Amino acid sequence: MPTITVNKADLFKSLGREYTTQEFDELCFEFGIELDEDTTDQDRKEKDGTERPPELKIEIPANRYDMLCIEGISKMLNVFLSREEVPNYRVVAPADGELQQITVHESTHQIRQYISAAVLRGIKFDQARYDSFISLQDKLHQNLCRQRTLVSMGTHDLDKIKGPFTYEALPPQDIKFVALNQTKEMNATELFEHYDKDEGSRHLAKFLHIIRDSPVYPVVLDSNRNVCSLPPIINSELSKITLDTRNVFVEITATDKTKAEIVCHILVAMFSGYCDEAFTVEPVKIISPHNHESREVPDMTPRSTTAEVSYINACTGLNLTAEEMCNYLKRMSYIARPSATDKDLLDVDIPVNRADVLHQCDIMEDVAIAYGFNNLEKTFPGKSGTIAKPLPINKLADIIRLECAMAGWSEVMPLILCSHDENFAYLNRKDDGNTAIKLANPKTAEYQVVRTSLLPGVLKTIRENKKHALPIRVFEVSDVAFKDESYERKSRNERHFAAAWCGKTSGFEVVHGLLDRVMAMLRATFIEKDSGADGYWIEGLKSDTYFPGRAADIWYRKKGKEAKVIGSFGVLHPSVLKAFDLSLPVSTLEINVEDFL
Amino acid sequence: MAELQTEVLQKLDASPTATLTSENDFPTLLFTALKAALDSLHSKEMITYETRETDYNVLTAEGQQILETGSHEVKVWEIVHRLGEFRIADLAKQDEFASDPASAKVGQARAFKEGWIKKHPEDKTKIISGVDSINDVTRSLLETISQSGSLSDAATVADLKKRKLIVAQKKVAFTIKKGVKFALEILKEYTDLDADMLASGKWQELTFKPYNLKALGAPAMAGALHPLGKVRHEFRQIFFEMGFTEMPTNQFVESGFWNFDALYVPQQHPARDVQDTFFISDPPKADPPRNENGELLTEYWDNIKQVHETGKFGSLGYRYPWQGDESLKLVLRTHTTATSAAMLYKLAQDPRPARYFSIDRVFRNETVDATHLAEFHQVEGVIADFDLTLGDLIGFMNEFFGKMGVKQLRFKPAYNPYTEPSMEIFSWHEGLGKWVEIGNSGMFRPEMLESMGLPKGMKVHGWGLSLERPTMIKYGVSNIRELLGHKVDLNFIEGNPAVRLDQEA
Repeated sequence: MPTITVNKADLFKSLGREYTTQEFDELCFEFGIELDEDTTDQDRKEKDGTERPPELKIEIPANRYDMLCIEGISKMLNVFLSREEVPNYRVVAPADGELQQITVHESTHQIRQYISAAVLRGIKFDQARYDSFISLQDKLHQNLCRQRTLVSMGTHDLDKIKGPFTYEALPPQDIKFVALNQTKEMNATELFEHYDKDEGSRHLAKFLHIIRDSPVYPVVLDSNRNVCSLPPIINSELSKITLDTRNVFVEITATDKTKAEIVCHILVAMFSGYCDEAFTVEPVKIISPHNHESREVPDMTPRSTTAEVSYINACTGLNLTAEEMCNYLKRMSYIARPSATDKDLLDVDIPVNRADVLHQCDIMEDVAIAYGFNNLEKTFPGKSGTIAKPLPINKLADIIRLECAMAGWSEVMPLILCSHDENFAYLNRKDDGNTAIKLANPKTAEYQVVRTSLLPGVLKTIRENKKHALPIRVFEVSDVAFKDESYERKSRNERHFAAAWCGKTSGFEVVHGLLDRVMAMLRATFIEKDSGADGYWIEGLKSDTYFPGRAADIWYRKKGKEAKVIGSFGVLHPSVLKAFDLSLPVSTLEINVEDFL
Repeated sequence: MAELQTEVLQKLDASPTATLTSENDFPTLLFTALKAALDSLHSKEMITYETRETDYNVLTAEGQQILETGSHEVKVWEIVHRLGEFRIADLAKQDEFASDPASAKVGQARAFKEGWIKKHPEDKTKIISGVDSINDVTRSLLETISQSGSLSDAATVADLKKRKLIVAQKKVAFTIKKGVKFALEILKEYTDLDADMLASGKWQELTFKPYNLKALGAPAMAGALHPLGKVRHEFRQIFFEMGFTEMPTNQFVESGFWNFDALYVPQQHPARDVQDTFFISDPPKADPPRNENGELLTEYWDNIKQVHETGKFGSLGYRYPWQGDESLKLVLRTHTTATSAAMLYKLAQDPRPARYFSIDRVFRNETVDATHLAEFHQVEGVIADFDLTLGDLIGFMNEFFGKMGVKQLRFKPAYNPYTEPSMEIFSWHEGLGKWVEIGNSGMFRPEMLESMGLPKGMKVHGWGLSLERPTMIKYGVSNIRELLGHKVDLNFIEGNPAVRLDQEA
C-alpha cells in the first residue's frame, strides 16, 4: 500500500477543523485509509537545520489512485463528511476552437503504442501545489504505471513549446536534446551512457531497461522538432515546469491503453481545481489512424451504470430504500438517483477518478462503508448445517506426530525451501534432473529448490542446536514435493516422516526402534520378506548417504498391493556429517507415509 | 565435619542453659565451617539455631594512623603553636606530614574550622595560633570505636565514615538450642525407600532424610510438539467445532491461473512481480486447468480471460490483453486461496452450502527480517452459502475470534483484488493499548465466483491470518526466525506450555 505524506495543518484547514490524532485516526479507519504516523511530537529537524512542519503519513489502498496526493485525500474526506460535493469535471475547448494536436506515427507501435494528453489552462502553482504535482506523478509511476513499464507521464510548460505535436519512434542517435536538469545536448545513446555512469541519476537509470534494447525510442516532439520528452525516461529541459507556469501540457504514453486514460483522468481530476476556471480541462486531439486510436482526450464524462437495490440490501444485510442508498453513495463521491423506470435499480454516475469501480459489488461496498461496517448488525450465518472433516493425510500425520512426541521425540519445523547442495550433494545424492522443483528467482542460495527430503532441514536444526543436551532426538512430519509431468501443475507434494538421533554413539538401534514403534501404531506388522503377508521388513542398503553396513531400506506391502520401498534409515556417512557441519554421529530415518492412508 | 557436629551436640548437652552462642563457645572457629555443621544438624531436627548479625566499625589505615600519632588538625595546631606565625604553603613540608603530605590540607581545614588557627592579621599567606590548648576529639572518638565498634551518636559515626577513617563490617553469630530430635549420637539418614528395605521390613527402623520441597523434581523424559503445531491444532479444533472441512492444500506449486487469474488478480498486479513471488524454472509450465477426469475447463478459462480482458458478469473488467502464457507460469503458491479457488470451482459444479478451511505453508520472495520469512503458514476459512450478508461475516468473525479469547473486534474497509467488500480485522490489544490488525476478510468478488459457474445468489466469505503472528504473541517471540525454520532453539520447543487460546496469556 502506498503511503502519502501530507502537511497536517494544510489538510486540517481544508477539512475545516482541527482533529486530535485519535479523532483523525478514527476518521481514516471508518473511510478505509490508515493513519500510519503523526510527526507532530517527533524531531522534525532537517539536515540543513530547518524544521519540517508536522505531517501525517497516510496509507492508501492500492486501488485508490485518486488519493495519492493531498488534493485527493482532502476531496474524498470532505465529500465523505458531506462538506463538499463531487466536482463536475468539464472539458472546455479554447475560445478559438483550435485544439492542441498530437499526431501519432506508426513507428511507435513497436515500442510504446498509446498516447493520451490534456492541457491544464490557467493553472496557479505555489510551492506546495508544485511539490504535490511532482509527487503525485512519482506515486503513479511507482504504482499504477508499474515503474513506468505500462504508463509514464510527462508534464510540460505549454508556453515554452509549440504544437501541433508528434509522437514518433526514432533511432536513439537521432533523438538529440538537453534533458531535464542537464546542461549539454546529448543524443539518447549518449544520455543513456551518462545516466549509467552518473551517481546522481540512479533514480532514472533503473528505468532505462524498458526501452534500451529497442532499435527505436519513443519521443514526443513539438512543431519545431524540439524534443519534449523521451518516454518513459525523461522530459526536456526546454519544457520544464516552474512555479510560474500557467499552462501545462500533459502527455501520457503507454503500452496499456486503459491505464493511460486512468492516469490522465487522475492527473486532471486532482489538479484542474487549481485552474482559473476550476475543474476544467482543455482537450487534445490525438490523430492515430493506423491503430484506430484517433480521438479527443480526456473524456471526463462520468461512467453511467446501474446497481440493484435488492442486491445491495442482500449483500449488506440492510434494508435501505433507494433514496437512502443514494445519500450514502453521495458521500462516497458518486452521483446516484433511483431509476425512473425500475424500482429495483439505482442510476449511478461514477466520476472518472473512481477507476476502482468495476462492478456493482464495488458500489455495494461503498454503501456499506458510508453506512459504517461497524454499524452493521452482527448476524450469524446459521441457516445451513455443514459437517466438519479433516483432510485424511493431515489426520494420518497427526497420528505419527503424537506417537513420536509420546515416545519422547521433539518436533521441528524447518523451511521447505533449501539450497540445491543441501538437497543433493551434501547428502551424497545425485540430481537426475527429473526430481526437484527448481526456483527461477530466489533472492539467496538458501532457496534454490523445493526439498525432496526432510533430512536437510532436520540436520540443519541439529547443527543450530549444538548446545542442547545429548542425545538430540527430533522428528518432522511434513510435505516434500517432486516434479511430476502427469499433474496439471507438473508437480505433487508427498507427506514424509523423518527423525534424527544425535549423540555420542550412532543411535542406529534407537532410530530403528522408533520406526518399529510408529509402524506398530500404524498397524503395520514386522514380517519376513518372503512370507507374502502384509506388513513391513527391512533390507540392507548400500547408499552413499549412509555409513557402510549401517543402513537399511524399509519395504512395505499394503493389502493386495505390490511391496515397495517407502524409505530408509541408517547411520549418516561421515562426509554427510561434515557437509552439514556436524561433529557427532547421527542416525536418520525417512519414509513416505502416503501408503498408510 | 562429623567431629564438629558431635562437639556441638556434646557442648549443648553439657550447657546448663541448654544454649550455646558462637562467640562464647566457638570463638575461633570459621563461621562457614560452623554454619555447615549447624545446617546438617538442623536438617535432622537435632538442633535449632538462630543467626544474629551485628554491624560494627573498624578503623581504616588512616584512622589507625590517627589513633597512634594524633589527628591531622592537631598536628597543624602543634606546628603553629610551636613556631608562632607560619607560612601556609610550608605546612605540607613539615616532618609531621612527611608520610602523607596531602593530609596537611585536611588538617589545616579542620583546624581553621575549630578556630585553633587563624590567618595572620597582616600577612594573609601566614597563619597563627588561635587557642592555647586543644583536645584531640577525632583521636578519642576513634579510640572508642576501636574498642567498642561503635558510638552512641550515629551522625558522628556517619561523619567518620565520610572522612574515610572508619568502615562498617558485619559480624555473624549463632545461638544454638536443642531440637526435637536432639541426641548425642548422629543417626544415619536414608534418602530413598528401596526394594530391599520393603522386602526386609527394615524401613520401619530407619530414619529418612526430609525431602527438599523447594527444589525442582527430576526432569521428565518428555517429547514435544512444535509450538506452531500446537497452535495449528487449536485453530483446527475451532474450525471443526464450527463445521469446517479441511481443504487439500498439499500442493505447494500452483499455476498463475489458480494463484492469481482465477482470483481476479490482474496480470500486471505487483503481487505477480518477481520481487514478490517465487517463480518455478523447472518444471517450465503448467497445463491449462482441468478437472479430475482430465477434461480441460475451457469455459472457465474463457470466462476468466473475458472477465479480465473485456469484462463479464456485470463487470467492466480490467481491460487489458490477457495472456494465456502468463496464466500457465508456475509459482510457489503465495496463498492457500489458490486451493480455495479450486475448491470453489468444484463446488460450482454442484452448488450447496459449504465451509472449508486450511492451515498450510505459503511462500513469498521476501527479504528476510525479524517479522518476515520467505515461508509462513496461512490460516484460511471459506463459507459458501445462499443469502450470506456482510453482517454474517462480521458476526462470524466475532464468534471465530471469540473462541481464541479475542473479544473486541472492529473492521476497517480495505482493498483486496478478489474480495469486495474487503475488511481488515482489528482487535484491541490490552498490553499495547491499541488496535492491532489480526487478519483479513471479505466477500469474494462476483467476477471470480460467476466465472466458475456459481449462481449469483450464492455468496462466499473468506478470511485469513498467519499462524505465526498469534503464536508469536502467545509465546512472546519477537523474531519469526526463532519460531519457524532450523534456527529455532530446541529447548524452546521442549519447554513451551500448552496453547489454550481461550485462556489469558
